[in-house]
Amino acid sequence: MLRVVSSASRPSSGILARTVAHQTHSGSRSFSSSSTRQADITLTVDGKEVTVPQGAALIQACEAAGATIPRFCYHERLAVAGNCRMCLVEVERSPKPVASCAVPAMPGSKVFTNSPLVHKAREGVMEFLLANHPLDCPVCDQAGECDLQDQAMRYGSDRTRFHEITGKRAVENKNMGPIVKTSMNRCIQCTRCVRFANEVAGVEDLGTTGRGNNLEIGMYIEKTLDSELSGNIIDLCPVGALTSKPYAFTSRPWELKNTESVDVLDALGSNIRIDSRGVEVMRIQPRTNDDVNEEWINDKTRYAYDGLKYQRLTTPLVKQGERFVSVTWEEALTAVAEGLASSGAKGDEIQALAGHLADTESLVALKDLVNRLGSDNLTLDQVGGSQAPIPSVDVRSNYLFNSTIPGVEQADVILLVGTNPRHEAAVLNSRIRKSWLHYNLDVGFIGERADTTYGYDHLGEDVKSLEQFVLGKSEFSKKFKAAKKPLIIVGSAVAESPDGAAAYNMITKFVEANKSTLVTPEWNGYSVLQRVASRPAAYDVGFVPSKKASATKPKFVYMLNADEVDPKSIPKDAFVVYQGHHGDIGAQLADVVLPAAAYTEKSVTWVNTEGRSQLGRAAVPPPGASREDWKIIRALSEITDATLPYDDALALRDRMWEIAPSLVRYDVTEPTSTEVALAGLRNVALSTAGSKISGAAFRKPILNFYQTDPISRASVTMAQCTREFVKKESQVFAGGQDPAAALA
Amino acid sequence: MLGSRAIQRPLANLAAKRSLATIADPPVRRYGGLKDQDRIFTNLYCKHDHTLKGAQSRGDWHKTKEILLKGDSWIIQSVKDSGLRGRGGAGFPSGLKWSFMNKPGWEKDKRPRYLVVNADEGEPGTCKDREIMRGDPHKLIEGCLVAGRAMNATAAYIYIRGEFFQEASHTEAAIREAYAAGLIGKNACGSGYDFDVYLHRGAGAYICGEETALIESLEGKQGKPRLKPPFPADVGLFGCPSTVANVETIAVAPTICRRGGAWFKGFGRERNEGTKLFCISGHVNNPCTVEEEMSIPLKELIDKHCGGIRGGWDNLLGIIPGGSSVPVLPKSTCETVLMDFDALKDVQSGLGTGAVIVMDKSTDIVKAIARFAHFYKHESCGQCTPCREGTTWMQNMMDRFVEGRGHAREIDMILELSKQIEGHTICALGDAAAWPIQGLMRHFRPVVEARINQFREKEGNVLFGGAMQKDWDETLAIPDNLGGRLAEPSRPQT
Repeated sequence: MLRVVSSASRPSSGILARTVAHQTHSGSRSFSSSSTRQADITLTVDGKEVTVPQGAALIQACEAAGATIPRFCYHERLAVAGNCRMCLVEVERSPKPVASCAVPAMPGSKVFTNSPLVHKAREGVMEFLLANHPLDCPVCDQAGECDLQDQAMRYGSDRTRFHEITGKRAVENKNMGPIVKTSMNRCIQCTRCVRFANEVAGVEDLGTTGRGNNLEIGMYIEKTLDSELSGNIIDLCPVGALTSKPYAFTSRPWELKNTESVDVLDALGSNIRIDSRGVEVMRIQPRTNDDVNEEWINDKTRYAYDGLKYQRLTTPLVKQGERFVSVTWEEALTAVAEGLASSGAKGDEIQALAGHLADTESLVALKDLVNRLGSDNLTLDQVGGSQAPIPSVDVRSNYLFNSTIPGVEQADVILLVGTNPRHEAAVLNSRIRKSWLHYNLDVGFIGERADTTYGYDHLGEDVKSLEQFVLGKSEFSKKFKAAKKPLIIVGSAVAESPDGAAAYNMITKFVEANKSTLVTPEWNGYSVLQRVASRPAAYDVGFVPSKKASATKPKFVYMLNADEVDPKSIPKDAFVVYQGHHGDIGAQLADVVLPAAAYTEKSVTWVNTEGRSQLGRAAVPPPGASREDWKIIRALSEITDATLPYDDALALRDRMWEIAPSLVRYDVTEPTSTEVALAGLRNVALSTAGSKISGAAFRKPILNFYQTDPISRASVTMAQCTREFVKKESQVFAGGQDPAAALA
Repeated sequence: MLGSRAIQRPLANLAAKRSLATIADPPVRRYGGLKDQDRIFTNLYCKHDHTLKGAQSRGDWHKTKEILLKGDSWIIQSVKDSGLRGRGGAGFPSGLKWSFMNKPGWEKDKRPRYLVVNADEGEPGTCKDREIMRGDPHKLIEGCLVAGRAMNATAAYIYIRGEFFQEASHTEAAIREAYAAGLIGKNACGSGYDFDVYLHRGAGAYICGEETALIESLEGKQGKPRLKPPFPADVGLFGCPSTVANVETIAVAPTICRRGGAWFKGFGRERNEGTKLFCISGHVNNPCTVEEEMSIPLKELIDKHCGGIRGGWDNLLGIIPGGSSVPVLPKSTCETVLMDFDALKDVQSGLGTGAVIVMDKSTDIVKAIARFAHFYKHESCGQCTPCREGTTWMQNMMDRFVEGRGHAREIDMILELSKQIEGHTICALGDAAAWPIQGLMRHFRPVVEARINQFREKEGNVLFGGAMQKDWDETLAIPDNLGGRLAEPSRPQT
């Protein structure tokens, strides 16, 4: 795993956006680190003066001046290749047209993007691109959102001159696995996919072979593209050479309704666009948000959507003997009220159990309901979820990703404790890789070894190696101490491990001892990486058990989206209600099943691992009789004589504002002040003092990235990915094969 | 006889028109006829010893230490004074290029600095660098040291074409000898200057002769040209300041320093000074590589060194004066043109590498240029669109033109295509692919047209793209953009 340090492969990406972000950072970079604030330069584009930061590409200056430059190979977040030649513009005193993506904007230069020379050049390049491009737009999935199609209409000639009897180039298709469908005849060799795989995804074996017109994109040998970010190359491909296998031939872009929403299959809260047709989610695309996911999403986010169609709970069910019987909502809710009464649960014997996909609104409603019923038994669906969490939730910065996600790129040393970000937050992992690749980031790793796509110093697997690090013996801890913006990323699984308390004790003490670099007004280098979408919100609303409650054996269990639960942890004689959208483990244990909406079917608040609350939006209606989660709880509250005081979503969000105002301040993160953060850490250190050390290794919480929740477990595509990439049962997914067969 | 020849030359023409003979005519300077004592490459034909002993007997490594001790600016100034222009084809002034390495404050840059010698001689028709490396490898090694000193380089990499086996062995042997004799390495020639020379064998891709592709290849990557800027003098080999120079350019540097820039400047026309290796191949009686003065008339070069054209001068069809990448010249131009950068540029060709390809009337000129089109199609790296797609397209069209299976209007189309490639690519390979075809159509268009007409008379109407009209099913609609139903003015038969 070699770092590419040549400046040629350094992304010019977001120079405009990043100058501010990066200028403050670090002296350990090899060269050109001295400049503090890059000067702005002024140039003229089409007679319009425009000012851009020095070092910006000419294409960015043209964009800033409002001139649209056609491009295929250029992408803001990837290295500049400069090979499609579509972005040629005329620069005064330059004899030839220049590729605007590849040259820096020069002060005082006069650029023309609309001159006859430029038109001629674009038309020429377009003619060449189309010479070997098959005319199969009618059967191509990219049609309608194809850069080549659009630009050919806009900049190309109106007729073809290519009639050669030798015909067009033919290239064999590659098998890149169950996600990326290839149609290599259509490839225009822009190499965006190659650059993405090499720079962002860390798959260094996607590349080009052959030369000239025989140039082909491929994996060099016959193998599949094993990366959890592989779906992004489909978006990047400006033509239909790389299209989506699960989405193939299902719909056309102009038939789709776009809904901007938020992903919930990990705790990053990646911004997504749900494309739906009628009541069906047809696909999920990323939405650009530089603060969260840039413009990437992982393959689970993108392709687990077909799980929304399988194993769904569509009617309320009541268990009669050994089988479930469909009932009406009224009957089901009555059955719950009767179950509550007949179980004889009083006070803390009423347990609420919140799972991975519970939204904030329903968490608040359920907590209010359970509290009204006299219980504090608010349990989370995780190992040790019935105990008070190890980093106490009194202070927000104890359990949040304080450095923020873009902040990861500012860190100069990162220590990963008990986490494999590649599987727990794949998009965040690409940021670490970016920093490692281009800014000499050093990474230390404590926990079970994992392939992270970047190199790291493996300091050990257990809490003892953490102790060694804290003592400062190793080379890495010296580097860490010397760093200006060090960052400790603590995995969410650390708290679940046997030595969790000890680990937190060491970490918080260490952070406090090094607060001059780790906790400053500008920088908080203590970050907990949550992996479950509902967890930060649950902590925010105080969905944690009281000490008394955690010792109580429940007689009535209300499971909200709890599907990771260990069946043995549910008392046999308890009355169990399951509310959720999939018939997974949770529903099997239940006496009454209440069908709820999945994340694409409800407009609710999600809080990501940074504490950033974002609003998801309903793209399609919930199937059958299922309803939005908080409404079910609201309805139940009436039947159990504990009516909740909110009748609509707005009133509920007022209630959320009362509990934690940050929950309804959307799209921003609220940093915790230094004093409060340090007080929180002291609190953790005190509460975990004197914990025993067993010496067990920090295990990876996610063994199969593709199947972590009821939606992805029900997904055919994710099952295929599991077979291909996790179990490595290589097989060809032929086009005509019935997708359902993969589940059988 | 002398005078009658001189009159054909433009300068002399001007002089002859003047009426008032009060001012004495400046003597008409004639170029060519390089004397033996002025030859730089004295073992070009490998007739003498190519090892260190032989090289020293021919004057190599003589007082190299003193040259080195004179310092970088002195060497660069000598090269600037000599008027040496890069011998790889582009003809960029060498002294200026080398001085880019010594920007103000270069000493503060802690990166190593490299001289990269381009010995990837792949241009069809060119065979000068290999002669140097076979017969005079020490000139190259010494040149590396001198040029490396001039640009304050820490090491030189010689990137030699993979096919050159004997050349690589001779050069490698020369490097070892030089190391053993303390001429290079630590304290090279006792000057206190440390300098290493490495030989790297390429894999024989033409594109690796492009300077940035060569750097990529040397770094172990695919040999594909890089974007400029940044130029190699800023970010070159392994991200360090580098300069890529041709073997011949480097090999003449020590002699220039020894004999002085003025001596070198004494040859050739202004701005085209010096001596040059010309490689004459094709239909001449005695094909050879020869060192001659720049600006020697092409005709004299051929008559003097190659024993004339096969079958006499009248049997000449055309000459490609600078390797496969420059346009062909018709006989009429060949009679008067001088072999230097500016004169050949004025006749819309170029000196290139100085590889003169002579074609007599037995040559199928269309086929010859089609072969070049094949070459460029095969050697295109495939990075940028115009070159990747354009070379293939032009190759296909040229293949058809060889038989005449084309449409007269397609001649203009191929010219337009070549213009769409030229100047739109990262490196110069696109230009190089376009120029021969432009040259063909400029000077030999009637030949192509005649062939098209001939084919058409014999086989019937040819549609655009080469399909035969007779092969089309008449019951089906023929697209009207194929040129099948064009009302054409009848073309004169040639």
